[in-house]
Amino acid sequence: MSATAVKPKTESFVSTTNACKLCKPLGATLVFKGIEGGVPYLHGSQGCATYMRRYIISHFREPMDIASSSLGEKQAIYGGGPNLKKGLLTVMDKYEAGMIGVATTCLTETIGDDVPGILKEFRKEFSDLDMAPVVNVATPSFSGTHMEGFTAAVRAVVDQLATGHAATKAVNCFPGFVSCEDIRHLKDVFDGFGLSATILPDYSETLDGPAVDEYEKITSGGTPVADIKAMGGAPASFEFGATLSDPGEAATAGGLLQSRFGVALHRLGLPIGLRQSDEFFKSLEAVSCMPTPRRHALERGRLLDAFVDGHKYVSQKRCVIYGEEDLIVGLTSFMAEIGVVPVLVAGGGKSGRLEKAVHAACEGLVPEMPEVADGVDFYDIADRARELAPDFFLGHSKGYRLARELSIPLIRVGFPIHDRFGGQRVRHLCYLGAQELLDRVVNAMIEKKQTDSDIGYGYI
Amino acid sequence: MSDIIFEERKDQIHVTGEGPFKLACNRDSLAGAVSQRACVFCGSRVVLYPIADALHLVHGPIGCAAYTWDIRGALSSGPELHRLSFSTDLQEKDVIFGGEKKLEAALTELIDRHEPKAAFVYSTCIVGIIGDDLAAVCKKVSAQKGIPVIPVQSEGFKGNKREGYLAACKAMFTLMGTGDTSDIPPISLNILGDFNLAGEIWIIREYFERMGIRVVANITGDGRVGDIAKAHGAALNVVQCSGSTMDLAKMMRETYGTPSVKVSYFGIEDMAEALYTVARFFKGLDPDMLARTQALVKEELAVLYPKLARFRQDLEGKKAAIYVGGAFKAFSLIKAFRHLGMSVVIAGSQTGTPEDYEELASICDPGTIIVDDANPLELSAFLKEKDVDIFVGGVKERPIAYKLGVGFCDHNHERKEALEGFVGMYNFALEVHRTVMSPVWRFVPRRAGKTLAAGISDLPKECSI
Repeated sequence: MSATAVKPKTESFVSTTNACKLCKPLGATLVFKGIEGGVPYLHGSQGCATYMRRYIISHFREPMDIASSSLGEKQAIYGGGPNLKKGLLTVMDKYEAGMIGVATTCLTETIGDDVPGILKEFRKEFSDLDMAPVVNVATPSFSGTHMEGFTAAVRAVVDQLATGHAATKAVNCFPGFVSCEDIRHLKDVFDGFGLSATILPDYSETLDGPAVDEYEKITSGGTPVADIKAMGGAPASFEFGATLSDPGEAATAGGLLQSRFGVALHRLGLPIGLRQSDEFFKSLEAVSCMPTPRRHALERGRLLDAFVDGHKYVSQKRCVIYGEEDLIVGLTSFMAEIGVVPVLVAGGGKSGRLEKAVHAACEGLVPEMPEVADGVDFYDIADRARELAPDFFLGHSKGYRLARELSIPLIRVGFPIHDRFGGQRVRHLCYLGAQELLDRVVNAMIEKKQTDSDIGYGYI
Repeated sequence: MSDIIFEERKDQIHVTGEGPFKLACNRDSLAGAVSQRACVFCGSRVVLYPIADALHLVHGPIGCAAYTWDIRGALSSGPELHRLSFSTDLQEKDVIFGGEKKLEAALTELIDRHEPKAAFVYSTCIVGIIGDDLAAVCKKVSAQKGIPVIPVQSEGFKGNKREGYLAACKAMFTLMGTGDTSDIPPISLNILGDFNLAGEIWIIREYFERMGIRVVANITGDGRVGDIAKAHGAALNVVQCSGSTMDLAKMMRETYGTPSVKVSYFGIEDMAEALYTVARFFKGLDPDMLARTQALVKEELAVLYPKLARFRQDLEGKKAAIYVGGAFKAFSLIKAFRHLGMSVVIAGSQTGTPEDYEELASICDPGTIIVDDANPLELSAFLKEKDVDIFVGGVKERPIAYKLGVGFCDHNHERKEALEGFVGMYNFALEVHRTVMSPVWRFVPRRAGKTLAAGISDLPKECSI
């Protein structure tokens, strides 16, 4: 951006420059990739699948196969139904899918393909075949962001697969779009409370798998379909997200299970930082009737100790936080706790709930409430950031050029991380995640001081 | 391997030496087969995007613009407008009521803000369906703002990347014939089909300048609207990546009589041949050019050969696989690997033509797998079957190689290392050497097999404690 002279934006501004969001089907493909035997399938033209594969591969550095209806001009005019059916057969034939997740694109939504209808016909036509379950979700790219596509796909999976017949002991967990490391850590945490948990989606192995001898058509791991089917009989659900629809509206998986099967819902913000992690652990104690295991209590204690040790390095430092709404609420809550002043919290989504959630996260901890901006792009963020002159950015890779322009550190969190190694292994959640993020923030401030000084302090 | 090949795709795969050569291609991708291909929009965006002083506005929903935001290594020596990602971010109401008004407003404000030399407006799938009259909006804004505003008919579903290339060429052609050509000398050329990845076009320009030739326009790497507008004044079009810009060269030949030559800047022979081809073209105007060019090549090779010889000592006998966008690049790569003492055992492309594949088959060793429009299942099975040491491809191929414990070289638009020219051959050899000779491969399951006990039966019968 530095090399391009820019004029101030006009008030009737309608274009987007450097989006701070991605399109809806991308979120859905990630969810389907997190189901055992799952093959994400985009009903649209070939480019959508290829672009999203490329984008996701660059973050996870793992194969991400997304099948496509590969619609051409003829299908765009006469309808994509035959290609969808053909494509499903192809996937079943060669991939031996355990589940196929079909997400629509802007093309098929606009031409008006009735995907549920086509799938019904398909099931009837090929009723003699031993068929994997096919789940579908409407993800028109012209309405909403990749996070909304993600949430909608989790809900669609539960809506179309979960039953409430038999009670099960496993609790449900809908963590939202977190890293592979986060999912693995969540499993550990549930395990420590003696809880078996069905985490949906679980791409902790499918998008961060081991080196193999034979290419796996479908990577092992993922939430088992049988466990998803049993979700209606679970004793409780944990659902993370500070900007999700009200549970009563059944617009999320947790809300749906509560209203349809009476599964108790624990709706929490993403457990990022001390207070949100405390909330989560309290809920775990309540559900399991077990005290927090000693190792987590120690993690919490060490985190607090580090709060004290590190406070002067970060106190009153100003940061700009951007990215997906639920994530940035969690990050804001954490920054406020350690004395960092979030001056701008910005997201590309438009849930309408961001400001309230950010204010709640900062209540009583910051000198003044941060500016909150939703539905923005990086042009808007850059515009404000230049004036606000923050000490660092907290967000994904796409803020890099701006951070470079302002000569401030960018601490990379969330998705996508395209310019660093190990994005899928960044831990954000619970006491350990907070510890790791805190270390990174403190070290970034120390490094900045060191780099900017003429002296070359070797002891800070 | 046969169990992973789709019945419908059997005639798109051939093993050289096994029967007469025949390969089906130029076919729509099989639904559900996880093709490595992209779309028409992608093709046009690839070609036009490096024109650095133009505004590139994607008219469509956000994904098409977001996924192509500054993902390529196309460098500019001046303006960097191409590194920003502009979109109309169409919303539901635009889909219902039409997006023309939004497009006009977006174009107007972006042109006011950035003052570009021209604007390209890319159509996406959805725009093709709702039927926005891109041309009319572009014409109107062009008249208001006094710059060329050019619609690019790149609806994703209207074919594959090749159609996108054609759409891009048509768009660029509208710029031509408008610039002043009076100062262009007779010994001059345009560079077509180079994208200045990692600054490669600067290497090539320098060679031409050393030969005594004026480069009029870079099409499209480090491109400028003004240069393209006067490109018809050049004496010759030198076309690399012929799939992407040959159509433009044809249009220029028909309208302006500009002759063209096809070249490749990858590898030693093809790079040298590219320079000789151009020198031969200008023989009548400059009889000494050929001798100067020979001296240039000799000078470059005197530096390069000893370095390559050192790599070759280690790489002799290793095996490579190639899967790239266009087949033309594969020819150069095969020759480049031969210089390193390596053989190519798999060669394929997303969009090769029958002629491409015939040529490919003719230069490959017997037993080489030739494949059109492959998918991860096939590619992984071929890699395994041929036990290759390095795979050359793009970002979607990389995880397939790495997952199986195979070395990889990024040879697509995202690369950040210059691979063209004589110095590019060195960079290529260095990268191949670095990956193939890395010790990590000896530990991966493909080479090391199982190293930990998989179950109780693998453990020693008696435990030592």
